[in-house]
Amino acid sequence: MPFLEESVTNALTPWPSLQKKGPGRRGLLLALAAIFVAVHFFLVANFATAADHFDFASVNRYAQQRSVKIYGAGGMRQLEAYQSGMLVSSEGHVATAQSLVLDQDEATVVLGDGRRYTGRVVGVDLVAEVALLKIDAEGEELPHFDLSRTPDVFTGMRLLAFSNLYNVATGDEPVSVLHGSLSAIAPLEARRGAFATRYRGEVYIVDAATNNPGAAGGVLVDLAGNPIGMLGKEVRSQVTGAWLHYALPWSQVAASVEKIRSGRRDPSSTELSSTAPELPERPATFDSLGFHLLPNVVPRTPPYVDYVTQGSLAQGAGILPDDLVLAIGGRITGTRTEVERALSHVGLGERLLVTILRDDQLVEVELKPSESKE
Amino acid sequence: MIMQRPTIMQRTALILFYGACLFAITTQAAEAAAPREVFEAEANRIAVIDRISQQTVAIFDSAGQGGGSGVLISSDGYALTNFHVASPCGVAMKCGLADGKLYDAVLVGLDPTGDVALIKLLGRTDFPAAELGDSDAARQGDWVLVLGNPFLLAEDFQPTVTYGILSGTHRYQYPAGTLLEYADCLQTDASINPGNSGGPLFDAEGRLIGINGRGSFEKRGRVNVGVGYAISINQIKRFLSHLKAGRLVDHATLGATVASVEGGRVVVDDLLESSDAYRRGLRYGDYLVAFGGRDLHSANALKNVLGTYPTGWRVPVEFRREEQAFRANVRLASLHAMGELESLIANQAKNPTPIEPPGPKDDKEKKGLPILLPKKAKKIEMPEAVKQVYEKREGFANYWFNRQYQQRLAESCRQWKCLDPSRPLTLKATDRQGESVRLVGDEATGEFRSQRGQFFARFEGAYHEEVGPPGSGGFLAASAEWRQLLSHGFDGSGEVFYFGQLPFGEDLELHDCLVTFHRGAKTHFYFDAKRGDLVGMELFLADDRDPCEVRFSDFQAWGDGLLPFTWHVKFGDSTYTEFKVDHYSQNAQAKEFADE
Repeated sequence: MPFLEESVTNALTPWPSLQKKGPGRRGLLLALAAIFVAVHFFLVANFATAADHFDFASVNRYAQQRSVKIYGAGGMRQLEAYQSGMLVSSEGHVATAQSLVLDQDEATVVLGDGRRYTGRVVGVDLVAEVALLKIDAEGEELPHFDLSRTPDVFTGMRLLAFSNLYNVATGDEPVSVLHGSLSAIAPLEARRGAFATRYRGEVYIVDAATNNPGAAGGVLVDLAGNPIGMLGKEVRSQVTGAWLHYALPWSQVAASVEKIRSGRRDPSSTELSSTAPELPERPATFDSLGFHLLPNVVPRTPPYVDYVTQGSLAQGAGILPDDLVLAIGGRITGTRTEVERALSHVGLGERLLVTILRDDQLVEVELKPSESKE
Repeated sequence: MIMQRPTIMQRTALILFYGACLFAITTQAAEAAAPREVFEAEANRIAVIDRISQQTVAIFDSAGQGGGSGVLISSDGYALTNFHVASPCGVAMKCGLADGKLYDAVLVGLDPTGDVALIKLLGRTDFPAAELGDSDAARQGDWVLVLGNPFLLAEDFQPTVTYGILSGTHRYQYPAGTLLEYADCLQTDASINPGNSGGPLFDAEGRLIGINGRGSFEKRGRVNVGVGYAISINQIKRFLSHLKAGRLVDHATLGATVASVEGGRVVVDDLLESSDAYRRGLRYGDYLVAFGGRDLHSANALKNVLGTYPTGWRVPVEFRREEQAFRANVRLASLHAMGELESLIANQAKNPTPIEPPGPKDDKEKKGLPILLPKKAKKIEMPEAVKQVYEKREGFANYWFNRQYQQRLAESCRQWKCLDPSRPLTLKATDRQGESVRLVGDEATGEFRSQRGQFFARFEGAYHEEVGPPGSGGFLAASAEWRQLLSHGFDGSGEVFYFGQLPFGEDLELHDCLVTFHRGAKTHFYFDAKRGDLVGMELFLADDRDPCEVRFSDFQAWGDGLLPFTWHVKFGDSTYTEFKVDHYSQNAQAKEFADE
């Protein structure tokens, strides 16, 4: 230490004014500022070199092979019948955004090379608004993004967004690619029309105009082609009303896909397939769970909770009258009848995930029948 | 107070020392991390932007009510912009350059379908001009630069620069309204806003690859959403000579429609029997394989590539029938009927839509940005400099420019007026079989003799549709028109205009094309683009028939000029006759000589 202090004194001798007057201190601050600037330049220069090393053609090829276009329901004014998606398994799972395009439980999936498949909806994560489709590529190993990747994400990193925004890429054309930077990692505070978005977790805010009609479900990658996230829908900031461009983090996409796949006993089977999945011998009932829905008064009665039995599983899990049951075990339930059908897939003693809408909030509750065996 | 400072000072000094060390380290590290190439690339980009800024034009209408952008493409002042920018300006406009000066400019040519306009800046011969690139070589992901005057921001005409990547190439955007089809266009995520319309899209090296003019907007008003479109420069290159001719140019149709079928094949599902495609052998049910050198895998692909060709262009087409492959050069017909474009433009002028840029779907948001206020523009006197280079004529954007080209052709063509109009012309020749051939003609009659027989025609009013000889497509009329042009030039009766350059001949080389209407027939005269010689002609007796085609070569001195000593007469895909001229004569005794 003494040695250092000595050196310091030596170093300082050429700057006599520093030891005396106020302005000298200001100069010192300026010097410090200059140092920070230097550090900053160093970082910037680092990014620049990183950018120079990427080979766009191969990254583009990689991402295009794994990006898909999805065509389904919609087509009315401002309700596009198309969106984007990405392959996430070699056997043909496609992750995309949950939307009206998937309303018919199946949609046309066009791969990067122009091949067309019918994709069936395996399930949805209503909170993150992630849907999983499955195409049958007849035993072919499909190129796909790796869900287990944990990408290195930092504010300021450069990004590429692949999507079929505005359905510009028709036929077998490759999807559009936009470039930008990661502006912020922040909780999503946005609305779609008058309604707040359901997902409130952290998202990646991008400085490029990525979230356009049809872009939802597209993939955000880094300059090496590693998947970073899934492009969300068109939303506006709740604070400023500005259009917000964001993507769901890759870890959330992976978690949602995992949730959807594990919510099924057989991920490859769907309720629409001709071979009906095996149903449990003794399915769960409203009585066993302890909540009851409004009676079927109209052909498509929405599944509102009418009353909850005292001391039941449902009460224990916090289900309240007037809750709207949106999904049971990952199956979307639009009507009371669909809730009944969904329950018929659940065994009497099984754990059950129920997604409900309460006021403006999405709530997920878990019923665990094992705790109170009848 | 001061006496107590030193300890603090020492501490700060320590920080400073660490800082200095850090500075030294980071500077070194920065140098190591950012190799010289990075700085060179940056310097290069700055130089490129500096250069292309000079070439970018800020366009305003004379009343100062609106405008857009443009780009200079020649040192004598030709500049490209959008039809939807130039059209509301009328004939005269004001153009600002990065040097801060405002220039008068005049409208030259319009392509309403392709949304392109050619204007000419006046007053200099050393304008900084952009280098034209190759838009077909552009790839998805390439860095691009967009220059222009978004929101008409620049008071000093210094263009705004935005950058991005090509988000897609060979895109197709449906016509907005009845016009403005963007075929085979480039898509970019560089910011393109109202006022950028007509401005340049450059590649990273500063070569012009497109003209920006359109964006996808939908719900967000007229501001950039990362999806802009540019007309490809390769399309514009085909139209350029037509635009320079002061014309109102039209796009083309094949005369056939196609459908995509499985296996990425494209099948002809409808076909006009009056089309050149039909005459060249294309039939219902054939598979189109390639068009203009581009492989076709979908009906959209044909629509896309077809949209980049001007009317009258000949395009190599490949098609298959069963296992047989065919190849033909097909002449494309006009997309619009005669006068249709003019009325579409007139309609558009009545309802001054868009205009900046023509967002196809957002009618509600139209009022968003007041780039062009459709107010009653004050009647503004045309500047004198513009008046001198403008001539109004139906079907033309500015006939003055057409007249210049006609004169240029006349001056450079060594056959021009080398015949004496008052005397008959006699041509004695030998055909490929060694048989003698004789062609005699004057103002009112024509006569052709060969081993096929002896054919006469008397010319009164319009040519008869069956003018002989049979199987030649009307060679007697064609030779009469050739003689007419070479004796009278433009003084002969009938309408004349310069079309621009069109592919002609075996290898579809570009030739300057002069169109005449005389005696009810349309004739295309083709001039060698370099030497100026009249090397071919096509006489159309009817729209739905092949023309009589004559190719001239082997030019030799005759009188004050040059005449072709080899004639090749074709009708459709077959040769009618080919002969070498033994001698031409133009004396009073020609008739007798012919009657020997």
